[in-house]
Amino acid sequence: MAALHFHNVTLGYDRHPAVHHLNGEVARGALVAVIGPNGAGKSTLLRGIVGILRPLDGSIHLGGLDSRDIAYLPQSAEIDRSFPISVFDFVGTGLWRGTGLFGGIGKAARGKILRAIASVGLNGFENRPIGTLSGGQMQRVLFARVLLQDASLIVLDEPFNAIDSKTTTDLLALVKHWHGEGRTVLAALHDMEMVRNHFTETLVLARGPVAWGPTVEVLTPENLLVAMRMCEAFDDSAAACAADDTRSRAA
Amino acid sequence: MLYDTLVGPFIEFEFMRRALAAVIALSLAGAPIGVFLMLRRMSLVGDAMAHAILPGAAVGFLLSGLNLFAMTAGGLIAGFAVAILAGVVARSTGLKEDASLATFYLASLALGVTIVSIKGTNIDLLHVLFGNILAMDDQTLLVVAFNATVTLLVLAVIYRPLVIESVDPLFLRTVSRAGGPAHLAFLALVVINLVNGFQALGTLLAVGLMILPAGIARFWSRDLTVMICIAVVAAAASGYAGLVLSFQTRVPSGPAVILVATVLYIVSVLFGRVGGIVRQMFPGRHLEA
Repeated sequence: MAALHFHNVTLGYDRHPAVHHLNGEVARGALVAVIGPNGAGKSTLLRGIVGILRPLDGSIHLGGLDSRDIAYLPQSAEIDRSFPISVFDFVGTGLWRGTGLFGGIGKAARGKILRAIASVGLNGFENRPIGTLSGGQMQRVLFARVLLQDASLIVLDEPFNAIDSKTTTDLLALVKHWHGEGRTVLAALHDMEMVRNHFTETLVLARGPVAWGPTVEVLTPENLLVAMRMCEAFDDSAAACAADDTRSRAA
Repeated sequence: MLYDTLVGPFIEFEFMRRALAAVIALSLAGAPIGVFLMLRRMSLVGDAMAHAILPGAAVGFLLSGLNLFAMTAGGLIAGFAVAILAGVVARSTGLKEDASLATFYLASLALGVTIVSIKGTNIDLLHVLFGNILAMDDQTLLVVAFNATVTLLVLAVIYRPLVIESVDPLFLRTVSRAGGPAHLAFLALVVINLVNGFQALGTLLAVGLMILPAGIARFWSRDLTVMICIAVVAAAASGYAGLVLSFQTRVPSGPAVILVATVLYIVSVLFGRVGGIVRQMFPGRHLEA
């Protein structure tokens, strides 16, 4: 049973494709790394999966999942860190699916929130305003919220950028824990060592899919070189995609 | 003596009691809205909305004279139209909300001025512009209290999505569709409270009793709930002190309220516990950890 099914997906902005004609499936419980150079369309693909960006063409099936069964950790979260909200309350928003607009935060929920904060190593930070946290601490807070969302599909966009090795190790352990619980995890990453050592499946992306499969087979110097070369700039005068034409003529 | 100055006017004159009641109602509803306007970096949006409702109120006035219901209805229609159009355009295109709001409120203002100048002007329009809190009749007071009640109820309903949308809009979008409606409801509350304030303070100063208390609160707390409470108290205190000031001197009531709030604001900027200037200059010795 696939958790995600891409059918000829093209995602982009202003008709310019950033991810071109992607087909394939992500099996339920898979641990997938999405790699590729800057501008390869990694973030765009993840935004498409969580439904913030509608595909220009093709479709993404969530295998019966509601969009609320997805926990999404964006790369540069548009978080207003100056807003007066405590770590406890911020992490608590991860319970939205259970509480909705009015649901109270009872004793059980409070316990859950505290455990989530503790499991990312932020004991004692509950009452700190989020504006006082360091970058790494904020990333831990965001992971705690993902933890509370209890989602079956977890989408992480470059979660270890600008994060020190201790924090990375801690948070990576959490990712593997989620994998162990049978959740599907997709992560956009840059650290090839990490991908090789910890992720079973890899998608090499460069506007279009370069290779997709078990990490050991896919993560080759040749594929990475191809990916490096394929990232060209948008062409403002580009014609409508010919691949679509042939496809529709065939159909 | 002190009693005569501070309490006397309210015991002696009914219009002072009504004015005080109105100011407290305005503070209870307007100040929390002001806090959210400030935190969402929309302080000037409140100001723009005040301009947007002005032509609606003027048209109401031209059609049925100095009738608060007609003026309120006109103001609400103009305000909602501008707020919703601006919100919809901002959400369905990439245009930032402030840019789209600027367009619509200027259009609304131009339209209003055109209508007024064609139909002829009237001195009573000054009343709309600057308000007169000392001329509250029963009906007006009830409308003000009703609007304040509605505001607090709606705010209670949209509080959670509003907070989350202010901190992390992208997150709210991924878990819920409540963000858009909550934002529009919030804009509607802004309009309601501006209209509410214009009998008391006039269209131009109405936004003052929302924004200034919020600015004051921001210098005394880092906690949202506490901030809202401080803002309400600051607004009510400014209202009360402004009324006393206006009664004892010749300062008109609306400006008196706002001037008192301004004094509180300056004191907060200087001596506030959170980021006040004096506190920054003399922070005390640094801590151990």
